[in-house]
Order: sequence, then C-alpha cells, then structure tokens
Amino acid sequence: MAIHLYRIDDRLIHGQVVVGWGQPLNIRVLVLVDDAVAASDWEKELYRMAVPPEMEVRFVDVPTAIRDHAKIASDPRPGLLITGDIDSMYRLVKGVKAIGSVNLGGIHHRAGRSEKLRYVFLTPDEEQQLRELEAAGVEVTAQDVPSAHAVPLQEVLEGAAR
Amino acid sequence: MNKEMGDAPGKPRAIVVGHGEFAGGLVSAVGQICGMADKLVVLSMMGMTPEDIEGTIREQLSRTGARVIFTDLPAGSATIAARRIVKDEPGIVLVSGVNLATLLDFVFSTDVSPTEAARAAAERGKASLIVVGR
Repeated sequence: MAIHLYRIDDRLIHGQVVVGWGQPLNIRVLVLVDDAVAASDWEKELYRMAVPPEMEVRFVDVPTAIRDHAKIASDPRPGLLITGDIDSMYRLVKGVKAIGSVNLGGIHHRAGRSEKLRYVFLTPDEEQQLRELEAAGVEVTAQDVPSAHAVPLQEVLEGAAR
Repeated sequence: MNKEMGDAPGKPRAIVVGHGEFAGGLVSAVGQICGMADKLVVLSMMGMTPEDIEGTIREQLSRTGARVIFTDLPAGSATIAARRIVKDEPGIVLVSGVNLATLLDFVFSTDVSPTEAARAAAERGKASLIVVGR
C-alpha cells in the first residue's frame, strides 16, 4: 500500500500537507477526494497550481475513489489521500473496507461544531461517524503535523488534549 | 490625483496574510525599518476554515480599499482564498511568496497604483534572494 496517510483536512491542499507531511514522507502523489472539486475544472486548476512540480495530483469524487482505490493504492510512489470533510472519508472507508487508519488534520470551527482540539471542531453527527469508523477497526487519530503527538480519538472527543 | 493611487497617510494599500505569525513579523520589520507599517494590514489565518479565510480577506479589502494581497506560500490556504477573490474582482492583485524586500519596495512605491507597485515589488523581492558562499 503506497498511500502513507489518509487525511481529513478542510483546507485540502495547503502548506501543512504539501510541505509539512509531503517532505518527510517524500510524497509524490496527492489524491484529493472531493465531489465538488472533481466536478469543476476551475477548482482542479486552482489546487493543481498549489502543488510543487515533483508531486502529481489526482482529483476524484468519492464513488470513483471507492471504485478505483485498489488501483490508486497499488501505485508504488508514496501517496497521501485527502478529503475535505468527515463524511467523504466516512463513505470512502466504508466503501473500500481496506483503510486501516485515518488522520484528523484540520476540521475548523463553523456553526454547530464544538472544539475538541485547536484544529478539530466536530458536530455530534461527525463525532458519531468517527466513532463508527473506530468501532469498525479503523485507527482514528488527530495530528496536524508530523512532529506533533498523534492524539487518539477517545482523547480528542473528551477534549482532554485541548 | 488618480483616485486609485490612494496615498493618504495611514491608508492601507495591501493585506499581508500568512502562516503562524509570519505576516505580523514581516510587517513589524517594515515598521522598524521605515515606519510605514500603516500601509499594510496584517491577517493571521490560524484556526480558520477556508471560507472564513476568504471572507476575512474580502472584508478587509472592502473596509480598507486595499487592492493587493501578499501571501507567503503558493500552496497556502490564504493563497487559494486570494486566488478565488482575484477571479471575482478585477483590479485585485495577488503576490505569493512575499518577503521583506518585496514589502519594502511596495510601501515606498507611492507614485504608481498599488497594483503596479505590487508587480515591481515582486521583481525586487525575487532579485533579493541571493546565495553567497561555496
């Protein structure tokens, strides 16, 4: 499996992803799984320009990511897969059944969410989806950058690591 | 006087936005060197959603009349937000990869429009990156 990180990050492709994780993991392929971006040429171009020349970026919607996951994951180059929200990752993990861990990288404040960590805010429904993933055997941790401690989901939900 | 030049004392001409304390640090350096930090508005995007970053930049452009956005990294979420704004609003210019030499050149270019000043300042900023030694 060449995908080294499955990350949920509402900023999608940005500094922490491209540089923070991209450099130490020597990432060569970014897979952005987002229905809205995959449907818009302008959005794809916007994010393509944010990616350094040594990285390839692929844009797929969730159903395509589920269908093509085995092929995407068999690419020998180190890869990082990103979704912009919990629901997309939830659907992907449920659909693929071969994803062992999920990284909460950045889910910021908006109405209806409460703070769990400086960079993780969740609605009750989002909490439930994450609990379901963990109950299905997926390791869910929060970690914004590689040098930070990976906070297990239970601690995230308790708000103990704030 | 050309209205776009807008050189009233203290009137901001640009917004500087970046990761961590980058923007504040850069603008404080401008203030220390030439005392013209009031030409620049500092924004930090820590803890904000992409929508909030975009909304905050739009609000500051509208409030201050600034026409230029300086950001740090081409891959940053501030840059992504700024590119969305540039697409919608003719006359707004984005410069990514800003450094101190760029900002100093920009604040002193008061005899041309902010957008022309930004283009010239970006060239000065590129030229300021030099490597010395073997």
